Amino acid sequence: MSLGSARPAFSVRKARFIALCLLPGVVFVVLFTYYPMIRGAVIAFQQYNLFDLTSTPFVGLANFRAVLAEDRFWMALRNTGTWVVVSLFFQFVLGFGLALLLRRHFRGRGLYQAWVFFPWAMSGFLIGLLWRWMFNGQFGVINDLLLRTGIIEHRIGFLATPGWAMTSVIVANVWYGVTFFAIMIMAALQSVPRELYEAADVDGASRIRQFWHVTLPHIRPTLALIVLLRIIWILNFPDLIYSMTGGGPAGSTDIITTFLIQQVIGGDYGRGGAVGMLILGLLLAFTVFYLNATRFEKAR
Amino acid sequence: MRRLAKAIVLGVWLLITLFPLYWIVITSLKPKAEIFSLPIRYWPGKVTFEHYADLFSFADFGVYLLNSLLVSLVAAGAVTMIGVLGGYTLARFTFPGRGALMLAFLVTQMIPLFIALGPLYLLMSDLDLLNRLAGLMLVYVAMLVPFATIIMRGFYERIPVALEEAAQVDGASRLVAMVRVVIPVMLPGIAATFIFAFVQCWNELFLAITFIDSEDAKTIPVAMNSFITQYDIDWGSMAAATVVSVLPTLVLFAAIRRYIVEGLTAGAVKG
Repeated sequence: MSLGSARPAFSVRKARFIALCLLPGVVFVVLFTYYPMIRGAVIAFQQYNLFDLTSTPFVGLANFRAVLAEDRFWMALRNTGTWVVVSLFFQFVLGFGLALLLRRHFRGRGLYQAWVFFPWAMSGFLIGLLWRWMFNGQFGVINDLLLRTGIIEHRIGFLATPGWAMTSVIVANVWYGVTFFAIMIMAALQSVPRELYEAADVDGASRIRQFWHVTLPHIRPTLALIVLLRIIWILNFPDLIYSMTGGGPAGSTDIITTFLIQQVIGGDYGRGGAVGMLILGLLLAFTVFYLNATRFEKAR
Repeated sequence: MRRLAKAIVLGVWLLITLFPLYWIVITSLKPKAEIFSLPIRYWPGKVTFEHYADLFSFADFGVYLLNSLLVSLVAAGAVTMIGVLGGYTLARFTFPGRGALMLAFLVTQMIPLFIALGPLYLLMSDLDLLNRLAGLMLVYVAMLVPFATIIMRGFYERIPVALEEAAQVDGASRLVAMVRVVIPVMLPGIAATFIFAFVQCWNELFLAITFIDSEDAKTIPVAMNSFITQYDIDWGSMAAATVVSVLPTLVLFAAIRRYIVEGLTAGAVKG
């Protein structure tokens, strides 16, 4: 229902008003988002190195072939899987737990939320730095705590050892992301109509049965969407890794987006474009697959 | 018993959440010798503000701070205005291409802007905007326009159309009705959008390090990034820089937490 529908005589004025209001936003997004993306798609098929811009011939699929032939790319792809799946799992489980604990009102809940949600105000870059210092192999507090409690006997070079480096960045990412899940899941829980629980109470269903048979089915579509958004987001989140390990040691914490940034910083825009296209393809394929698998449309 | 268990779990999680913040603050207050000595002290033996002083005397942190502030204020201001206008049109009118436009905006939220980092650098270079704050401002506005527009649209949709119609019946034009009647009701939402956009600009890293390398145009993340690439990290200064750069965002986010939660969940829960 539009405001102006009762006054068709003003439709030209209305159209002009709409156009004027939308124009600035559209111009910005076209010029600084869509145009660069399209240019990136073109560059992906060109030989395009920042340090030799005298000739930028089209080279067909050469950039894609070069990227796909690199071990580092496949390693980054495998790491991306680990990074996304493990981070997501712990963020989800801990976030769900926190949401359930915060569901009922208690004294000081607002204050508690304000404090516990703070990691969120920080950038991934700063969080990476914070944990880089805490995971420091010599003066890091995490080594110290583990030594004091007798869990380890010698300091571990967390960020200098391939397996540990991945564990460390994931720990930092989980710490960061639990908040998001807690917030989203709390909102989803609040969307369950009270009457459903009252009905379940009348039927004598236990708390646990209520959770499985009332709560979960009701919030399942929302959960599916939250998880999808989160997967895309974690995949697109190179900031933390960038500042914590820079993808090292020896590429062991490189994910596909840090790999992309390295290509661009290295000046090879052709390959950077190709990696960008591959990421887009991956995102798209995954989203379609995921929506089909969770049958999101039907569930809704 | 259950309540006690719950309190303990919540307490432990709060500790885990806050400890890193505590640790960075403590590190920033320790003398250098104490930061790099064993055993680690959980409370500084001697509190010093030397790292904060160093930031402003050795590094030009004052300049970076001002640059970050300027870029974030201008970009957030512009993006909020664009969102106020665009969100209104999307909420109140149906017109051909409306759905396509919404989709085009939503798609940008799924694809990170750094995917086009290379071409963006070329564009900035063509426009002669490298190493200039204006260039960062323009890209940040573009980065945040879709979000601001979509979230504003949501806020407008909660305001009854009757409110504006009443004003228009009284003879006010659409624009006047919008400014006089709708905007005041929207103020908290507008403020929240502004703050959110401000924090995003304040924190942005990859675009800034790609476009900026001259000292007088560096923003805080660019400057901190150049601290890292040095061989040894001076953790005292780094900790102080972290505290300085995170403090404003903590305060701002606390102020609009309710709106962020609403904004975030509105999209997904109603989905």
